[in-house]
Amino acid sequence: MTSKVFSSFAEAIYDIGDGATIAIGGFGGSVGMAQNLILALRDKGSKDLTLISNTGGLCELSLGGFIAGTYVDHAILFQNKQVKKMIGSYLGSPSPTTLSSLEKQWQAGEVEVETLPQGTLSARMLAGGAGYGGIYIPTGVGTIVEKGKEKRIIHGKEYILEFPLKPEFAFVRAYKADTTGNLIYRLAARNMNPIAAKAASVTIVEVDEIVDPGGLDPDIIVTPGIYVHRMVKIPKGGKK
Amino acid sequence: MKRTLDNETMAKRVAQEFEDGMVVNLGFGMPILAANFVPEGKRIFFHAENGILGYGSIIQEGQDIDPDLINPGGLYVRPLPGMSVFNHEEAFDMIRGGHVDLVVLGALQVSKNGDLANWFNPAKGIGNIGGAMDLAVGAKKVIVVMEHTTKDGKSKILNECTFPLTARECVDMIISDIATIELTPGGMILKEVAPGWSSEEVQSLTEPHLIVADDLKEMDLRV
Repeated sequence: MTSKVFSSFAEAIYDIGDGATIAIGGFGGSVGMAQNLILALRDKGSKDLTLISNTGGLCELSLGGFIAGTYVDHAILFQNKQVKKMIGSYLGSPSPTTLSSLEKQWQAGEVEVETLPQGTLSARMLAGGAGYGGIYIPTGVGTIVEKGKEKRIIHGKEYILEFPLKPEFAFVRAYKADTTGNLIYRLAARNMNPIAAKAASVTIVEVDEIVDPGGLDPDIIVTPGIYVHRMVKIPKGGKK
Repeated sequence: MKRTLDNETMAKRVAQEFEDGMVVNLGFGMPILAANFVPEGKRIFFHAENGILGYGSIIQEGQDIDPDLINPGGLYVRPLPGMSVFNHEEAFDMIRGGHVDLVVLGALQVSKNGDLANWFNPAKGIGNIGGAMDLAVGAKKVIVVMEHTTKDGKSKILNECTFPLTARECVDMIISDIATIELTPGGMILKEVAPGWSSEEVQSLTEPHLIVADDLKEMDLRV
């Protein structure tokens, strides 16, 4: 069996070229964010990327318990002008006075944006990973979200047809893995990671610890190894 | 200028709506503060879009932070016995599936029939839908907590919303910095006024007609 364990982040993303579509797990802030893979992609410099993630990148701005500049997320890919399109939910800056890099590039017409309700974003990735042709969702009925979309009344209630998202790659942050790719996460660091892992053709994971098969109780596996293709153990000094 | 309630006092008033055992989701901003005012002896299961059910109070400063336990506003929270964690999709299944008892959201505007606009002021940036649309559509009950007027004194409670909507006919109750209003098929009912405010004064800052409740009360702001 070819090993899923890679020795560096750069090697694990070797085939992410210009125009690739990447789902990035995480929710906001550093919790569950694959910071080291994002740094490697910034260094690789692939352009015209389409990103799928909850936020449009927040690491330039302080939010809640997170201080600007103390961690990394996909905002650095906007800073480096690598992104063509962003699909997400919370895409604006949380600050009423400071714009994010994404917002500035969007205002300048350099980046295309698709804003979705957060649950719809997850459900569309689920559809992508689970092989559904689409999902009827009540969220967004009567709002601009329904614009241009097919609607249907089911059991007396209105729904919007939303189509699957199937990214080529996913960046996932896990807590522990075994070498077959089974993953567990820690607390709120799970968030969108299992959904991104399931949706993508190639799922790339950064993880605190990799153990031998049998080192994780099968009853507690959250992401089965079938969804995981490449893993890198976060080295000493890596972003956590 | 008459005194209006501050954010913390509004959060305390919101917390009076908590019933023992309820599943409650607190939206971004002001609503999140209510996690710190759970009435003694009641267990509330706070639900978070990022995949937590049953977290505790917000940790304000440094101590005993778990770096992997944040609420949707990016604030560190305390774990409580009985807490569970799950993925983001599951979190929204709970919301859309109607399993969440109460959602508290902020608002830019609310209309008389309960339409909510809270994600996008077209004059400012790109807009943040976040979990608001799902929460507004899926919850059994939606409370909006908001300042009654804009900074220049215009009513945020309108006959029709002018900003892009979050969801239609979803708001059940408004707790503002001057009043508590219930939305019913028969119209908006003024239930409570903040200390020092009269029903006429509240009406003068509210575009739709308010029906004054027979048992109109002053807001009780003790915790």
